Formats: sequence, C-alpha cells, structure tokens
Amino acid sequence: MNTGKIVGVNGNLLTVAFENPVIQNEVGFATLGEIRLKAEVIRVRGTNAELQVFEDTVGLKVGDEVEFTGDLLSVELGPGLLTQVFDGLQNPLPALAEECGFFLQRGKYLDPLPRETKWAFTPTAKAGDSVVAGDTVGTVPEGIFDHKIMVPFRLQGRLTVKSVVAAGEYTVDQVVAVVTDDKGRDHDVKLMQVWPVKMPIKCYAERLRPTEPLATSQRIVDTFFPVARGGTYCIPGPFGAGKTVLQQITSRHADVDVVIIAACGERAGEVVETLREFPELTDPKTGKSLMERTLIICNTSSMPVAAREASVYTGVTLAEYYRQMGLDVLLLADSTSRWAQALREMSGRLEEIPGEEAFPAYLESVIAAFYERGGVVRLHDGSTGSVTIGGTVSPAGGNFEEPVTQSTLKVVGAFHGLSRARSDARRFPAIDPLDSWSKYTSVVDDEELTIARRILREGSEVGQMMKVVGEEGTSIEDFIVYLKSEYLDSVYLQQNAFNDVDAATPVDRQRHVFGYIVHFLKTKLKFEDKDAARGFFQTLTQATRDWNQITFDSDEFKKQEEQLDHQIAEVTDYA
Amino acid sequence: MHKVYHRIEQIAGNVIVVSAEDVVYGELAQVESGFGTSLAQVIRLENSRVYLQVFAGGRGVSTDSKVRFLGNTMQVPFSENLMGRVFTGSGVPRDNGPVITENKIPIGGPSVNPAKRIIPRNMVRTGIPMIDVFNTLVESQKLPIFSVAGEPYNELLARIALQAEVDVIILGGMGLKHDDYLYFRDFLEENGALSRSVLYVHTAADPTVECLLVPDIALATAEKFALQDKRVLVLLTDMTNFADSMKEVAITMEQIPSNRGYPGDLYSQLAARYEKAVDFEGSGSITVLAVTTMPGDDVTHPVPDNTGYITEGQFYLKNGRIEPFGSLSRLKQQVNNRTRDDHRTIMDTMIQLYASYKETLEKQSMGFRMSGWDTKLLKYGGRFEKEMMALTVNIPLEEALDLGWKILADCFEPQETGIASKLTDQFWPKD
Repeated sequence: MNTGKIVGVNGNLLTVAFENPVIQNEVGFATLGEIRLKAEVIRVRGTNAELQVFEDTVGLKVGDEVEFTGDLLSVELGPGLLTQVFDGLQNPLPALAEECGFFLQRGKYLDPLPRETKWAFTPTAKAGDSVVAGDTVGTVPEGIFDHKIMVPFRLQGRLTVKSVVAAGEYTVDQVVAVVTDDKGRDHDVKLMQVWPVKMPIKCYAERLRPTEPLATSQRIVDTFFPVARGGTYCIPGPFGAGKTVLQQITSRHADVDVVIIAACGERAGEVVETLREFPELTDPKTGKSLMERTLIICNTSSMPVAAREASVYTGVTLAEYYRQMGLDVLLLADSTSRWAQALREMSGRLEEIPGEEAFPAYLESVIAAFYERGGVVRLHDGSTGSVTIGGTVSPAGGNFEEPVTQSTLKVVGAFHGLSRARSDARRFPAIDPLDSWSKYTSVVDDEELTIARRILREGSEVGQMMKVVGEEGTSIEDFIVYLKSEYLDSVYLQQNAFNDVDAATPVDRQRHVFGYIVHFLKTKLKFEDKDAARGFFQTLTQATRDWNQITFDSDEFKKQEEQLDHQIAEVTDYA
Repeated sequence: MHKVYHRIEQIAGNVIVVSAEDVVYGELAQVESGFGTSLAQVIRLENSRVYLQVFAGGRGVSTDSKVRFLGNTMQVPFSENLMGRVFTGSGVPRDNGPVITENKIPIGGPSVNPAKRIIPRNMVRTGIPMIDVFNTLVESQKLPIFSVAGEPYNELLARIALQAEVDVIILGGMGLKHDDYLYFRDFLEENGALSRSVLYVHTAADPTVECLLVPDIALATAEKFALQDKRVLVLLTDMTNFADSMKEVAITMEQIPSNRGYPGDLYSQLAARYEKAVDFEGSGSITVLAVTTMPGDDVTHPVPDNTGYITEGQFYLKNGRIEPFGSLSRLKQQVNNRTRDDHRTIMDTMIQLYASYKETLEKQSMGFRMSGWDTKLLKYGGRFEKEMMALTVNIPLEEALDLGWKILADCFEPQETGIASKLTDQFWPKD
C-alpha cells in the first residue's frame, strides 16, 4: 500500500510527505488509532501532498500515517439509491444513526447501497450483442420504475456481451453480465458501479437544447420565469426572503421522475422537515410516497466543511446516473454559496492568492462546470433524459453584485431573484417580477404574457411616480394601471404556500386563470373617482383570492368565476 | 510524566510557538510564566513547530516560560451541582463556590445525525405579541436577537428566559460588561430561576481567548442535560464578541482574511455552535437564543449576515421594539397551524397592512394629501405600534389574536383587508 506521513495539521488541511506517486483528487485515509479519516488530495508540492480531511482532525499528530487508495472520490451507483438519505460522502445517515445513535461518529463509513438486498434482475441483452458504455443489459424494478443496469460508464469503445445471467434475484455486487472489449479483455457488469464524483457521466449520444417546460406549479415561475427540462436556474436572495420554502415547494410539486435535494451547509432543522415529511406525502403523479422518487444529500452546516464541498458533486453525479436511464431528474442545490464558501475556506488554508471577496480565482470556472453538468441528452437507444439544476445562492449582505451570484448568472438559463422588499411586505414567493428573467419558454400564451409584463412594468412606474407627485397628481387612467398591476401581483404572482389548493397550481389551471386575468387587464374600466376604483379592486382581489383556493373546474370554481364576471361587468366601460 | 518545554520560539498576540514532538492537534497544554499559569490549546502543527493559543493571552509570556502538554483536549466537569453556579470562560468558578472536578466531558463534540432529529413542534410562549403572534418561538429553535448597541437586548433575553417553560437555563456571556453579568445573575436570582441556571461568563475585562470557549462549554453542558431528557434554553450574548475574538486570533495566525478581516471559516465556526440546537428523538431539547449586535445597525455586516443564513430566523430589535420587517421565525409554521385557525391570517394580514401604513407615512412626510384609504392606514398603524409592538405588552397569544381582529375591525371593512371571506365570516368582530 502507498502510504505517507503527516508533517503538518492546520484545521482540516493535512500536509503529508509521500514517496510513491499520488494522484490529484485521490482519496487517502489518515489513521488515528483504530479510526480512519477520509481525505482527498487537493494539491501536491514537491514531496508534500496537501489533503482536505472530511472530518474533524483533532487528535492527529506529526508522524501519523496516511494511506493512499489510488481511487478518486467516488459514489456507488445502483438500485437502492432512491428513498435514501446520504451525507456528502454518500454515507447513509439513518443506517448510521442505527449504529451510532444521536451523534455522527468520526471515521464511520457505511456502504451506501445495502449489500444483502436482492433485486429481481431481468436481462434485456444477450450474448453476442454489441454494446457501448451506458447501454442496458437488464433491469430491476425499483419503486416506481425499472432501474436500468448499464454497461459500466468507464469502459471505452465497442464491447461485445459475452454472457448474461438468467432472470433471478441478485445482490448489488454479484456479476450479472460479462462484456469483452476490442482487446479481448473481459469486464464484469454488476448491479452496482462506481463513479468519481468530480467527473461528468457522458455516456450519451448528444446533448440537446432544453426546450420543454418543467412545471413547478408555482405561477410566478411557470408563467413568468419558466424553467426548462434540462435547464438551469438560480434563486439568489437575502436570508429570510424565502429561498428554502420555494425549494421545498418545488421539490414536492415539480413534474419530474426523480428529485435530488443536495443540502450543502444548510440548517439541520430544515432538512429534517423534508426527511420526516416526505415519506408521509403523496406524489400527485404516482399516488405513492414522495420519498420513492426522492434522494436527499444532507450535509448540514455543522458537518465538516470539506464534505460540504463534496455534496453538490455527489448530488449531480447521482442525477446524471438517473438521466442515463432516460429519466427526468431535478437537482436542487441549497445553497451553492455555502459550497463556494467551503471552496474559499480551503483556498485560504492553502494560502492561495485570493480573488474577489477572498474567493479563489477559479470560483467562476468551478461554478460554470457544475451547472454545465445539467442538460437534456439523447441516449444511444434514442430516448432522452434530463438533469435540471436549480441552485439557491445566499449572497453576502443580500447583494447580488457579489462573485457567487454573478458567476452563477453567467451560466444559468433563468434567474429568480428574491427581494427583501417583497418579503417584508409578505408578498410570497418573493421573486421580484421586474428583476428576474428566464430564457426558456413559458406555459402560457406569449402575447398574453407580454401584456401582463407591460402592466407590471407600467404599474411600477406609476407607483414610483406617485411617490414623487402624490396620488392627487396622478391621472385616474394611470391610477387604474397601478391598481391593475397590484391586482395581478396579489392574485397571481403571490401564492399561499400553506393553502392546500393555492400551494400548487397545475399548468392547465395556470393557462385558464392567466387568460382570464389578462382578458380583464385589457378591459377598459370606468370609475367615479380613485376611491371608488380602489374599493372595486379591493373587493375583486378578495374574490379572486377566494377563487384561487377553490378546486379547479369544480362547480364552486365556475360559480366564483361567474361572480367575478358580474363584478367586472359593473365597472366595464363599454364606450 | 509529560515533558516540559521551555523555549518559546515565537510570541504573537495570544499565540505562541514551541518545538515539540508527539503533540496532538487540539491538545491542551499548561503555560507557566512569571505572571501565572494558563491553559493553552494546539491550533496548528507544522513539522516540529507547535502553535498554541494561550487562553489567558500572550501578555507576560516569556521566551523561557514552561509549556507542559496535558495529553487531552478541552474538557469541562458536568454534574447536577453545576446548577446555580457561575463559572468563567474556561470553567473556573467565578462565584465563591467549590471547584467541581467530577465527570469531565469533552467540549465541541460531533454533530447530531440529522436522521435522529425530530421536527420541532412545541411553541415557546413568551407573552410578547411580536413573538407569539408574528414570529413564534419554537422549542429547539436557534434564534439570534439582532440589535444595535444600546438596545435592551439583554433585558429581552432575560425576560424570555424567565417566561419560557424550560428545565435548565444556561447563560454563555461573551465580553459582557460586568454590570450586565450582575444584571443577569440578580434577575435570575430575584425571580427564583438561578437554581435551575448555570452561568458561564467571560467579561470584557477577561482574556480574549477565553471568550472563544464560552459557547462550546455552554453547549456541551446543555447537550448533557438535554440527553437527560431536560428541556434546555441556552442564552448566548454576545456572539459578535465571539466572532471578533476569532478574528483577532486568525489575524495573529496570519491567516488569509475573508470579509472585513474575519476568518474564512466564520460561517462554519458559527454554524458549528448554532447547530447544537436540537430536539432529540426520544429525549430532551436545546433551544438557543443569542444576541448578535450589529456594528452600525448594518445587517449586511459579516457577523449578522452569516448568522442569518445559519439560524432559524431572527428577532430584530430596533428603537426598543421588535421590528416586523427583518424579524422572522422560520419554524413558526411548525406550530402556528395548531394554535388557532386565524393565527396565520392575522400574522400575514397585519404585517401586509403595516407595510402599506409605512408607505403612507412616507407619502405624508412628502406633504401629499391623504386619501380616505391613507387615513384608515394611519389610524391602523398607530394602534398596531402602540397595542401590539410595544415590548411592555404582556398577553397570551389568544388574547393577542382577538386584539388583532379588534384593531382591524376598528379601522377597516372586511374586504379591505384581503382576508379570505371564509375567515372574515367567522372571526370579524360583530358589534
């Protein structure tokens, strides 16, 4: 075994003297008596390697041994991933709790995939078939879909299937097929394979442009700032503006096959909510527990910083794995700033020359590389799969000019900027409708959307003007535009996350309601004076909010719509 | 026997360097100089160079001071006898009581496995409407009080501590003014709560490094009590002093500073402490209330900014009251769906209207004529501030909700509030 000796300890950074070759990003274990602490090589200088340790380093001393493994930091891929809760290094947390109790124990690593569970394997390939890495040799049922067993991604070139086992029950580390490469070497195919997290899985035919919308059931998102399947988006916002609630709601209602939540440095109290509630919630699509399509990577803020850096990579690698099966995957990373801060911490310890706000100079390229791992792809069998990445950003001081937000904005397709002013006024989701943008296609009619956007903009301009000239200095026409934009804001942009019906608006309902509201916004209205106008809009707002809380297409829903018609008819200017 | 080293190679601030073998990262040492003996902790190893952070500070350490490594990391005694006692930041009695040596426990222990946490579910009643109604405090929550120097934050902290139904109160004082320390001690004593309290106090006059130990000692003790099924409330004041101590040490160590000179791991360091707040599955809980003073009332300053991203909300204390804007309890959703049907609606509506009132105030200050609606908002805002926001108000949640409806009904028509008709039909006061 290749070993080295510790010559320095500085926080979670070890300096290790080595003799035989070591690999950049190789995993090493620092030995502390019986305990082995996982670490990763992050820089080599001369005969010293610097390793970031994924655990607390208290107790290590100069002269202690480090074992190099020759492997890069990797995850296990195979059936049994879904419904699990892992830490950033793919340690299954519930299993760990069973062994260790309340507290996390240093140096305790369990198998991510259970070794005993047997899976019902059905072969789809046969001896003599020509295959490439990523092709399916068989399937096993996992929860709601068939989990494809694929030719290991690391194999290169054309391969020939030498043998496949008969249908039956197998554990993850049993060989189910053997493939031969063009040099005549045999390779085993198991239900499980291993892949280094910092390298993208690229066993597909081509990457396509994301065009199809991914519905989140949030009106302001789907209608105004849509997300595309295989696209990327970011949600920056000061603390308390509602990033987490927005992510939680999206994770529940997003129209995808698999949701992966990667918490990097987030509050344990919030993650535990997902952990405990998801098993109880039903997936509207399948009628089964939400947990069956969910995978949680949980590296809370008090867990070691290096593992936090690993967690987004673990998350995106698992997402890419499911994409290889032709599934649509949504990866929610919360928050990418905590991850960037982890990079900054390590960069500081390495005493690298700092860039802007002490972030490392390579921050931008690291962020870009991460988001570029999303995308919709055509697989070798002609089907498509996608990884959509939504990352929250927690900008220091709530200032969007800071490096993490700016680097992220360059590489994403949609920007959902949360505003302090909106959250102060309890306007949720607090996505700022004037600052945010999206390059993807909306679920509603383009022309209607243009009208709604114009009203929001004009209404805001009138609002600004009124601050200068007062209400009396504003014409009634302008005042009505202002009231219309406020109305659109309060009944459509805002959504009550705690009302069963209003919390999620499906696309067909969005189209109907949005069409109705835009039609009204186009209507010319007539009022005696401004007070009458305000009074009308207050009543209409209340009636429309009531409407939002009624089940779509029910009799009550239609009745309420008729009532709105009446209210509007009374003030319509037919001239 | 432990070897004694007596050649100090470097002294900078509170950090000294000696050449030594077989020293373990995090280990404690005793430093003996002509001015007394102090504990010190290993904070960096570099070949044979050992960096030590001296708790009593570097002042008075001479190049031939004696350093003896103790072979263990920082530990504090834990027993029921801690109750009613006052200690310094390094665990030495500050009162005249005996030294406790039994049952030593390590501080700064590992993180709780998230899989062993339960969703917080018990409301902590305080009698303060700005908390109970609008930002409900929840057992196991970690919540800072953001405040400017001069605000009554310690008084607020003490009052919440007293009204909260908990088994153990642990106060961690960091850089406390001596007067403030006495205030806490006397307040708890006068109200009969000292016997269920443990105080770890570092005052502004004590060595900086001791300040760094306070949260860890307080939280390690809290954890032990919580695992004995106790509901523990930890009060930390003031976390900005704690962060400033970290900054001092980091700069002495010539670490590359991050924002405004604070160390790059400020977030991780604060989080490691705050995340100790927990509701253990099948055992007790730790609730953490901390004061974070904001230099220049600047919430974007690195300490409050990082804190806000770690904690589960914050109470923003300004002009002697808890501001509705900027204050937040993230865990309120866990409990306010079970208090009363109208709780959430009152909570949102009253703040939405208060935001409109603030806009009207702005218009008024510009000298614009007030519309009928503006007049209503002005009346509303005044009453809200006086009857709900004032810190002197001390009423139970249910009474506060009723009061909310009454204020709304005295100022508005039901449809003007934007409340769903189902609720106004049920709760709107009929006279």
